[in-house]
Amino acid sequence: MSMTPVTAGAGSLFARDPRTARRRAAEARFRAYGMGAVLVGVAALLLLLSSVLSSGLGAFRQTQIHIPVMLAESALDPSGTRDPAAMRKVTTIGYGKVIDAALKDAIAQAGIALPLTDAEIAAMVSKEAPAQLRNKVLAEPALVGGTVQVSLLANGRIDGYLKGRVTMDSAQLDRNVTPQQLLLADEMVARGMMSRDFNPGFLTAPDASDLRPEAAGLGVAILGSAYMMLIVLGLALPLGVASSIYLEEFAPKNRWTDLIEVNIANLAAVPSIVFGVLGLAIFINFAGLPQSAPIVGGLVLTLMTLPTIIIATRAALKAVPPSIRDAALGVGASRMQAVFHHVLPLAAPGILTGAIIGLAQALGETAPLLLIGMVAFVREFPSAPPEGFFDPAPALPAQIYNWTQRADPAFVERAWGAIIVLLGFLLVMNAAAILLRRRFERRW
Amino acid sequence: MSPFWLVTAVLALAGAAYVLGRARVLSAAAGDHRALHSLPAHYGWAAVQLTLGPALLLYLLLLLAGQAGPLAAAAALALALAALVWALRRNTPDFRARNAVERGMMAVLILASTIAIATTAGIVLSMLFETRHFFSLYDWREFFFSATWAPQFQGRSQLGILPLLWGTLYISLIALAFAVPVGLFAAIYMSEYAGRRMRAVVKPALEILAGIPTIVYGLFALITVGPLLRDWLAQPLGLGNSASSVMTAGLVMGIMLIPFVSSLSDDIISQVPQSLRDGAFALGATRSETIRQVILPAALPGIVGAVLLAASRAIGETMIVVLGAGAAARLSLNPFEAMTTITVKIVSQLTGDNDFAAPETLVAFALGLTLFLVTLGLNVAALAIVRRYREQYE
Repeated sequence: MSMTPVTAGAGSLFARDPRTARRRAAEARFRAYGMGAVLVGVAALLLLLSSVLSSGLGAFRQTQIHIPVMLAESALDPSGTRDPAAMRKVTTIGYGKVIDAALKDAIAQAGIALPLTDAEIAAMVSKEAPAQLRNKVLAEPALVGGTVQVSLLANGRIDGYLKGRVTMDSAQLDRNVTPQQLLLADEMVARGMMSRDFNPGFLTAPDASDLRPEAAGLGVAILGSAYMMLIVLGLALPLGVASSIYLEEFAPKNRWTDLIEVNIANLAAVPSIVFGVLGLAIFINFAGLPQSAPIVGGLVLTLMTLPTIIIATRAALKAVPPSIRDAALGVGASRMQAVFHHVLPLAAPGILTGAIIGLAQALGETAPLLLIGMVAFVREFPSAPPEGFFDPAPALPAQIYNWTQRADPAFVERAWGAIIVLLGFLLVMNAAAILLRRRFERRW
Repeated sequence: MSPFWLVTAVLALAGAAYVLGRARVLSAAAGDHRALHSLPAHYGWAAVQLTLGPALLLYLLLLLAGQAGPLAAAAALALALAALVWALRRNTPDFRARNAVERGMMAVLILASTIAIATTAGIVLSMLFETRHFFSLYDWREFFFSATWAPQFQGRSQLGILPLLWGTLYISLIALAFAVPVGLFAAIYMSEYAGRRMRAVVKPALEILAGIPTIVYGLFALITVGPLLRDWLAQPLGLGNSASSVMTAGLVMGIMLIPFVSSLSDDIISQVPQSLRDGAFALGATRSETIRQVILPAALPGIVGAVLLAASRAIGETMIVVLGAGAAARLSLNPFEAMTTITVKIVSQLTGDNDFAAPETLVAFALGLTLFLVTLGLNVAALAIVRRYREQYE
């Protein structure tokens, strides 16, 4: 039997008729749209990550000035006893003078001849440098009387020049830096007196005021976030697990439990800012807890994280087959014993995975923290828990927001750097969750 | 005595209760476990519960009543001690310790599960209370129908929600106009076209977008996207020279919503029964014809639900608009102008020194309540639609 073409008017099967061609083209177009959408999504991710990395990595390296400083006894320890208590009487102003003199000497020694005033030379170092040197000397009084080679933070503008943020043109218009200082910086770099080095202070130092962005660090903010996460973990995990166990294993099906179910589903989608309003109204206004304290942030984030943990825990409990419960009941366990001795341990990896993911969400949450004062400027490290929970401390994402609101562009670089730190923490937490799931997940 | 030390002391008593309760019942049974109704540990735990529960409850109540002094601590400690003695006297071999312990545990479980309700009630009550306070100081008609937002510290502020509502809706609309097509097409491509290896790479990559904190998107809008749009689109077209604009915030929020739309749609599309696809293919339809004429209509209710959820996310989003949209409250159609949203104004009215008697501060609660109700409505509708859709194919 011979094949006859189905489509009217078509000749050979090998020649495409116009309608088929049109349909094929439509198919190809549709597929291209889909591919395009995927590419847009991936491109957005790459743009975001590259913008974070390119703007933020600079914050981890800071310009330092390396000079020998003569620590004269007459200036730093007038009593001559090397007793730190007595040496504390010399303030940072005294150390500032020592640094200024040392810097001037070093520049003259190196044979750099530029028309610079003393004030211009003194402004090369950070306003934080005297405090740095003072702490170093007070920690090791024996240094007084000798000459030590020290590395001092350079002024933020000089650091910006080495990083390309400040240029000769912008320096012309800037009251805080002169082109002569930038030329001096070039000379000092050429002679090895100035370089950009890894800056551990970015991770450990407290925040710094508007005039010294070069000294600002994340130490207090990281500690504040850690305290909040401790509170969230300590409250949300037990509460979430307990309520999931009740809802999944014991609750009768009635109006009340239905109401709880609907509530949890909706609570998961309430805007985070609303939790901030709640925290302000109840924890601060009504209960009188202090503003800017990790305890309030932790409580607000606990309420936000609870639905995530409950949903994950219920899924994990549901995944444990009923035969496990039946077997336990069959050998005489009570329902409570069946759940706590058998079901819960088997569900633990799933619960932990959900808890880590909920914690990661809480760590990055910013909006509610703005309302409960976590953006305050805090330089003191909080004390150890539990008292420290009530001391003011910013949180990592709130610190980022705080830095975006400062005038000096050097703080923007630090905000991006802080984002790298934040994303690093999130990456570690999510990787842990994935590993946990891969390693311990059971398929029944 | 600070609360911390009181809790430590009561916990120490509870530890003693465990040891003593267990030891007492064992000595009463002369060391023979078979004479006991429950396991020895149950007798210990029963004593712990009785020592711990009432004392901590009493202390909590006293704290809430504002009585945090040493007297409250002493009362709690005395109660713990009395309960310990009673618990020890109760521990005889006939006592049904397991039942008692499990009743106590059940009470704890039920208490924990009502926290969710308490949270919702707290949100609603706290905001309702302050909102009523606000409306006693400020006319509600002015709030809902005035087109001017101009808070002033000296009083006589004009606090109309309309410009904020317009900014919120405009930004959300742009975000959805970007995220819905991209997310939907990405979901279609991944579930219907992409091979296993591409799925394994692209799906997690898009999900990373969902895990990035919103402060990162906010800074991205402020520093990267805003100036880019201003220099390449707004200024050449003469539409404005502000880096923070509705377009900036909308686009960045759109990026944030892509994984939200795509993963929900992916779930929904893969729930459409294979038989529908097979039927369409058997009739000679191409893949795209099958998707457009069979799968999408079948999945439509679910996709609508996903879009509503994304819309609720967009309306409640804060950090992106705080950093990317600006602070000027205006009613304008130009997407390259700075506008502001409800969430931005909640933040700006509630940061800094708050005077809880001034309408300028209290208005934030009225805004918060409005926001809560709008997003709640969207969520309830979305969840209902998605649930009905799921039932359709089960």
